[in-house]
Amino acid sequence: MSKQAQHWEKTRGLLFVTLAIWFVFSIGIFLFGAEMEASSIKPFGYPLSYYMTCQGSLGIFVILIFWFAGRQEKIDEEFGFSEREDD
Amino acid sequence: MFKGNFINNLPKIYGTYTGGFIVFIILMAIGEQAGMSAKVIGICFVAFTVLIYALIGYLSRTIQVDAYYLAGRQVPTVFNGMATAADWMSGASFVAMAGGIYFKGYGYMALLVGWTGGYVLVASLLAPYLRKFGCYTVPDFIGTRYGGNLARLSAVIVLTVASFTYVTAQINATGTIASVALDIPFNIAVYVGLASILMCSMLGGMRAVTWTQVAQYIVLIIAYLIPVFWISNKMGAGVFPHLMLADEVARIAELEAQFGLGSVKNSAADLKQVPKGLSGITKAHAEVNTTPWKFISLAVCMMAGTASLPHVMMRYFTTPSVKAARRSVGWSLFFIFLLYSSAPMLATLSKLSLMDPNLATGIIGKSISEVQAIDWYQNWNQANLMFVSDFNGNGTLELNEFFMGGKAVVLATPEIAGLPYVISGLVAAGGMAAAMSTADGLVLAISNALSHDIYYKMINPKAETAKRLLIARILLVLIGFAGATIAALEIQGILGSVIWAFDFAMSGLFFPLVLGVWWKRANAQGAVAGMLGGLVAGTAYLIAVRSGYPGFLDITQLTFGIVGSVVSLVLMIVVSLATKAPDAATQKMVDEVRVPSGKAILGRQH
Repeated sequence: MSKQAQHWEKTRGLLFVTLAIWFVFSIGIFLFGAEMEASSIKPFGYPLSYYMTCQGSLGIFVILIFWFAGRQEKIDEEFGFSEREDD
Repeated sequence: MFKGNFINNLPKIYGTYTGGFIVFIILMAIGEQAGMSAKVIGICFVAFTVLIYALIGYLSRTIQVDAYYLAGRQVPTVFNGMATAADWMSGASFVAMAGGIYFKGYGYMALLVGWTGGYVLVASLLAPYLRKFGCYTVPDFIGTRYGGNLARLSAVIVLTVASFTYVTAQINATGTIASVALDIPFNIAVYVGLASILMCSMLGGMRAVTWTQVAQYIVLIIAYLIPVFWISNKMGAGVFPHLMLADEVARIAELEAQFGLGSVKNSAADLKQVPKGLSGITKAHAEVNTTPWKFISLAVCMMAGTASLPHVMMRYFTTPSVKAARRSVGWSLFFIFLLYSSAPMLATLSKLSLMDPNLATGIIGKSISEVQAIDWYQNWNQANLMFVSDFNGNGTLELNEFFMGGKAVVLATPEIAGLPYVISGLVAAGGMAAAMSTADGLVLAISNALSHDIYYKMINPKAETAKRLLIARILLVLIGFAGATIAALEIQGILGSVIWAFDFAMSGLFFPLVLGVWWKRANAQGAVAGMLGGLVAGTAYLIAVRSGYPGFLDITQLTFGIVGSVVSLVLMIVVSLATKAPDAATQKMVDEVRVPSGKAILGRQH
């Protein structure tokens, strides 16, 4: 398998992981809105459903993007596809 | 004053700018103490900030093609993040979103999830690859990747429909704020707003828009956060509202029960008296009040729409590298997060200020005549954004007898909570910044697509640089005027038209863009079928629902993008597979897009 094909395979793997996490926090948990509201887990005292919509999921997305960017940079370096600084 | 080149000095320049703006706020506060009238303060805030943006726009003027279309591809990561955040957060986010949450509670918080979650799709599926491509506009990518003028033209059509729907809402918002702050009629204020928007973008294109958007972000975030923190502290609710309002949220639920929310209903005859566009509180504040599917379908539409809106995508064409484009998406979302996580807090504080009889500001339970005598009530009632009426004739104001416009939640809350007027002026300037920055991005996205993709690539490929840029500027002005003219008609509310724009973009562009990178087999025929078929299907569904068709699967006029994008995906796959695979050169191009190193597909000048 060529270097480029391997690079793409890893990139695709990272995409699936990223999208899986994204799916859980943007869609998955909101299938259980009523259960979250009744839950005894109360971040900072807010009902869990309320907290996830106004801070929880949003914060997780921010962290997820930075994590994704870092991982992808590593993959690019591993196969020598990083940009040169003067590009 | 500043040595070295402009880019290295950016932190210093914007640091000085922020300091200057804070000094200006303090001066205004002193002016207020010294007896400056509310009207003068409002005018100063709006006029001063708009003049600064115009100045930045003038200083960024350019006659270079790559500066006009791509800001010279040298916008640093964090600054591009700020510019994107301003580009993204429109009048809808700034002025209307907290209002939507105030009235609809949990159901509308799907917008918060959707408008942030979409950035994960932008970062992972599209932005870095489109940056590598090196295109000037989104149709430029579609046209080159799939090949052929028909694909390019289809992309321009979808882009124009979506962005134009969006831009009328933004010009409407600038008009609303300008008319309140400068005290001029709305249909003139719309053109004042337009003139300010054009001043920022006309001379310098993307370069000017980038540097004004950074300045606008700074104004809008200060204007949004100061009232939230101030009110929270004044009320004794908590030093840091985002983490400390749980008791207030619980208190609202208590008051809702006490005031009979949901059990006392207004009759149709009573509601007839309420001015158009105003509503009362009918949904619980924090309870889960909608089905999972309704919540998720709205969030999904906003997420896919985010990843297809060209004015956002083109911001990532301006970064120096693919790596910077990726990181820049993270910064964009961080800066957006600062405002979005504050919106529910503002809605909470605003609602509690009005409802709680233990607070001096509470009006529910007071006598009607007392409320009607309050200064701010009279002002906002005159602006047609607030209304009370004694439906049950008992002389006291009940929860179901108080009505407010969605915009008033953000614009009027500082006054309601008893903050000095200088804060209201600041909020007006922030709203203006939010609406202007988005309108600029949108007008530029449309005019760039028309000037680059239609004029230069299809009509006159031999045009000289000067002529291309002249055409681009003429189109910019024409589109601005068309937008303002339609905005003056006030067809749909701000939030409603913005949501439509997302659905249009998602219907026509989401899958053609994503599959362009991720599926080599996708070809021009498939893409054209996907773009046009998706747009037509989505639009047809919207029209059908608007004219009384009940719809299926609970898909409403706010989520018609689901219909459009599914049709688009199916058509794209079926038609692509039924026709010839793309040629070897195209396949090789896709391979090159997938790695960050090496030359961009399209050069700096094309």
